[in-house]
Amino acid sequence: MTQVVAKKQSKPISSYLLRRTKVRLLSIITLPMTWIVGVYIVSLFLLLITAFWNVDPFTSLVSPGFNLENFKMVLTVPAYIATSIRTLLIALSVTAICIFFAIPLGIYMAKIAKPWVRNLLAVAITLPLWAGYLVKIIAMRLVFTEEGFFNWAMAPFGIRGPGFSIPIVILTLTYLWFPYMALPVYTAIRQIPPNLFDASSDMGAKGFTTIYRVVFPLITPAVIAGSVFTFSLSLGDYLAARFTGGATQMIGSIIAQNINLNPPVAAAYSMIPIFFIVIYLMVARRTGSLERM
Amino acid sequence: MALIEIRNLAKAFGTVKAVDGVTLDIGSGEFITLLGPSGSGKTTVLRMIAGFEDPDAGSISLAGEDITHLPPFDRDVNTVFQDYALFPHMTIQENVEYGLRTRKVPKVERAKQALEAIASVKLEHTADRLPHQLSGGQRQRIALARALVLRPRVLLLDEPLGALDRQLREEMQVELKKIQRDAGITFIFVTHDQEEAMRMSDRIVVFNEGRVEQVGTPQDVYNKPATRFVAGFLGAANIVSGEDAKKVFGKSKTVSIRPERMRLQPSNSKISSDESSVSAVVQEAAFVGANTVYIVETEFGLRLNVSKTNTELLGQDKSFAAGDRVLVVWHNSQAAEIPA
Repeated sequence: MTQVVAKKQSKPISSYLLRRTKVRLLSIITLPMTWIVGVYIVSLFLLLITAFWNVDPFTSLVSPGFNLENFKMVLTVPAYIATSIRTLLIALSVTAICIFFAIPLGIYMAKIAKPWVRNLLAVAITLPLWAGYLVKIIAMRLVFTEEGFFNWAMAPFGIRGPGFSIPIVILTLTYLWFPYMALPVYTAIRQIPPNLFDASSDMGAKGFTTIYRVVFPLITPAVIAGSVFTFSLSLGDYLAARFTGGATQMIGSIIAQNINLNPPVAAAYSMIPIFFIVIYLMVARRTGSLERM
Repeated sequence: MALIEIRNLAKAFGTVKAVDGVTLDIGSGEFITLLGPSGSGKTTVLRMIAGFEDPDAGSISLAGEDITHLPPFDRDVNTVFQDYALFPHMTIQENVEYGLRTRKVPKVERAKQALEAIASVKLEHTADRLPHQLSGGQRQRIALARALVLRPRVLLLDEPLGALDRQLREEMQVELKKIQRDAGITFIFVTHDQEEAMRMSDRIVVFNEGRVEQVGTPQDVYNKPATRFVAGFLGAANIVSGEDAKKVFGKSKTVSIRPERMRLQPSNSKISSDESSVSAVVQEAAFVGANTVYIVETEFGLRLNVSKTNTELLGQDKSFAAGDRVLVVWHNSQAAEIPA
């Protein structure tokens, strides 16, 4: 009769790492730290430095130096200020619209819809993520162009689309980033124990009271998580404005125009959305929602 | 007139008949327990009384008013949930105030009532904490306070002690019974634990497969089980039917007899005139602390469980051992005929 005997194999690397906790830690974080510090932080830092450099107005050559002219320009020239505010409002509108649609949709999917409807909707929400970003923008462009689908479909009702303008940019950005809001909100609502709905109604609360007092507070972290995406992605976007905005300028459009002509101004201007996002995150942090993200 | 009248209540989930024609009257101030194995329909009946499920057929009335299809927020009943269902984002006080708030009780008044309710379950010091900072037993009591603060006519309790450990459970059983007696509220209590049911209830409703098997006091359902299921579900029972019943009890019906209502005697001993016996051989004797449980087998192959309370002085144990010939003896009144 043969017998298989499990031999105890020596594992020198594992045993070594088991004892040296610092070496173990180092081996785990080296790669991600290289990425974060080497690629992320350094490039942001270089961008910040560039913002202080000069451009020779005749040769258009960039020369290192230190001046605050670029910052002064983006903070005082009315066109720049107007664009900053416009971009901020667009990003806030996109976020608000995403929240406005995501909550009822999430409640319906998580608590009311039959399983097959729920799955269908989950696929429908994520489906746009499978298509390319540019493809989706062009699709919106085709829908809202002069001879496009919208005007054709609405013609019998005597309605005409607004043409390429800020509303269409907001609509396009909402379309682009909605999944990033809808999915976390839906997941959060799904995680609310069904008993809480029963308990609320047992104690006399009607539907809207339950949504207001129980659902809202419990999904706030998810809404804020989603809004970090919808807000920051909208803030940095410029292709939506370019293809569906007509003459609409966003911060991104101006950076894109300046990136070759005047890199220091582009760099200084790109500090604006970073600044907005930092403020936004600080506000979000104050609500205590980020800890639960 | 009964406080709650349930008539021919039915509810199906898909093709499964969860509740299949339940009729039941519940009196005012009564502690009534719906007892049955999981899936027997007891929780569904409770949820229909609460208004969380809409019955397919039948009716429920509360104090003469038809409440069959009323939403939960329009019924004068409150529920203590199995996993407590405290709102995790609200403090204990906010949780207890919730129902008062939806009833638009002024702020000062509702804080006063809520704190009183929290004090009544001896948890004043937790008012500012969040539910996750409390132990299971504490959360259970807060859930109770949250329901009682609304002074409902009927309190529904859905296996509220299921998640507690044994000792805490027994403490809470006593406490619940006391609260019920003091408040004079009707309690409808759902459990699958027959001991808990007998310990607390005025009456027990035994459920099986969506139907009511028997309604009665704990003594009734234990001593005079109406069906084979009831006899087997509440405590241990020897259920004897057919030919065996004729040979042992001289009856053509099914008979149930509890192991502790029979005793063993040496095979040549005498019995009194109102007793009956059957001779058997001990197969197995298991000492389980307070009791010794014997499994004996008659000549015609019927196996019976006999339980003996261990009351002998130490060292004077007259117990029987496997292989002993014995007489199984019982008082004639202890053999309960099962009608169904």
